[in-house]
Amino acid sequence: MNDIDQKLLNKISDKNIRKAHAYNIRKNGKSIKRQISPYIDIISKEDNKGIDIYVKENTLIGIVHIPVIITESGLTDVVYNDFHIGKNSNVVILAGCGVHNDEHQDSEHDGIHRFYLEEDAKVKYIEKHYGEGIGNGKKILNPLTEIYMQPGSNMTMDTTQIKGVDQTTRKTKAILDGNATLIINEKILTSDSQNATTVFDVELNGTNASTHVVSRSVATENSYQEFVSNVIGNANCYAHVECDAILKDKGKVKAIPQIYAKNPDANLIHEAAIGKIAGEQLIKLMSLGLSEKEAEKLIIKGFLK
Amino acid sequence: MLEIKDICFERDNKKILNHINLVLDETKFYVITGPNGSGKSTLAKIITGILKPDQGQILFNGEDITSLSVDQRAKKGLAFAFQQPVRFKGLTVYDLLKIAVNKNIDKKDACNILSKVGLCANEYIDREINASLSGGELKRIEIATVIARNPKVAIFDEPEAGIDLWSFQNLIEVFKDLEKESQGITLVISHQERILRIADQIILLEKGQVKNIGNKNSMLKIILNEEKCCQKGNKINE
Ligand SMILES: Nc1ncnc2c1ncn2[C@@H]1O[C@H](COP(=O)(O)OP(=O)(O)O)[C@@H](O)[C@H]1O
Ligand SMILES: [Mg+2]
Repeated sequence: MNDIDQKLLNKISDKNIRKAHAYNIRKNGKSIKRQISPYIDIISKEDNKGIDIYVKENTLIGIVHIPVIITESGLTDVVYNDFHIGKNSNVVILAGCGVHNDEHQDSEHDGIHRFYLEEDAKVKYIEKHYGEGIGNGKKILNPLTEIYMQPGSNMTMDTTQIKGVDQTTRKTKAILDGNATLIINEKILTSDSQNATTVFDVELNGTNASTHVVSRSVATENSYQEFVSNVIGNANCYAHVECDAILKDKGKVKAIPQIYAKNPDANLIHEAAIGKIAGEQLIKLMSLGLSEKEAEKLIIKGFLK
Repeated sequence: MLEIKDICFERDNKKILNHINLVLDETKFYVITGPNGSGKSTLAKIITGILKPDQGQILFNGEDITSLSVDQRAKKGLAFAFQQPVRFKGLTVYDLLKIAVNKNIDKKDACNILSKVGLCANEYIDREINASLSGGELKRIEIATVIARNPKVAIFDEPEAGIDLWSFQNLIEVFKDLEKESQGITLVISHQERILRIADQIILLEKGQVKNIGNKNSMLKIILNEEKCCQKGNKINE
């Protein structure tokens, strides 16, 4: 690993990756470093197509890191990562993709993550996306996440894409059994002429299944974002989807919310708000001595915190 | 000294402020009162630079600050507690207090500021300034951000609005302290008799004009009398 690798890794992962119980570092389409533990096993799929991660039942606290870095221009990396989370176990998973592209060819990473949570399993999944480089080659990321939740399981997914990704289509699909809970927090900032689309498809199939999706985004300069959510309530269940977007410069945001109650006991809520930073917020901070630019920066930083 | 010279502000063919002239002296405590819609908040916004007057000047210690922006005036020592405090998704009470004092204060200092406005500080310091705070809580945080700046001119727009009775007692103490200790100018927009009673000077605004100005005793007589006989709805109530 060289300096660029290390820098990318720091952007998307914890500096103390060695504290993780298990990890797998993938660079330019190949696993380059791996560690497993008695409770967490990582097994490669054929042809470097990805990995299977097995977490044993009743694992008290497991920490897994699976960063991906891409430094080769013109590479399209497609990877399948499957997480098998045993009953009653509790894990934190850090994933992310850092792309460094100094050339003119496009670099693309399509991560397909599938989560299979057994009964009462608990997962905190943190995903960070980052792109850098001086070339005009595009940095493209298309994560697809599928989540299958057995009764009583619980998953929190935090995704962040703050800088440098030219094009992204993020799809998340989840199917929830009874008493399963899914919380998704998404943060996106786009600039230049970047383009980001996120799609959430959540099906609530069991009694007391619930989901809370919070998307906060900032679209600056000439960038474009699209937020699509589609929640289906098939049971006595609860869903709350919030989409909040701040527009700057010529940024554009489109929100397409859809909630569909197929059961009379389903309780589904959607809130969406898109707009510039409220003038009164700027004025309040200016009345405390900040310049307009400083105020704007602080409001955006807080919003995406 | 803050001089308000011949300020006019007109919108939709309505004279919201009509030739306002006032001189406010250091260390004094002023209360502006008057019916709803008489132009009190507009005047406060013109003093702090949020609105630009159509005509007239604001002088602060002899310097014409009429063309200065809100933040430039803040740096000169003006501070303003909004009638309707602003909410921020993602900023905490602690964040806002740090900006207000313009120093990296620790949580203990921040708690001390909060307890001045009667908030049990530990419960609030890390709260986000979002919809989860009640109107009264927000209002007290707003007042705290102004006091924390130790301003040369402190303006409070209806600080009592939305505050419950118990906290109101606490608030009266906050303003009594300001009256005693502040070396600057304090200007409070209020309908509350108990706040009016703290004032050195009371200014009565009506239809965008200064209808009357004077010391507390003479002004209270006029205002309370008017209220009794004419029921103008000045909302002076206890
Ligand atoms: N920007 C504006 N455009 C039009 N009318 C306004 C504007 N600002 C204030 N007003 C009107 O001016 C009057 C005075 O408002 P305000 O200063 O808020 O009164 P007060 O604080 O005394 O209740 C009100 O009738 C209000 O509706
Ligand atoms: Mg008002």
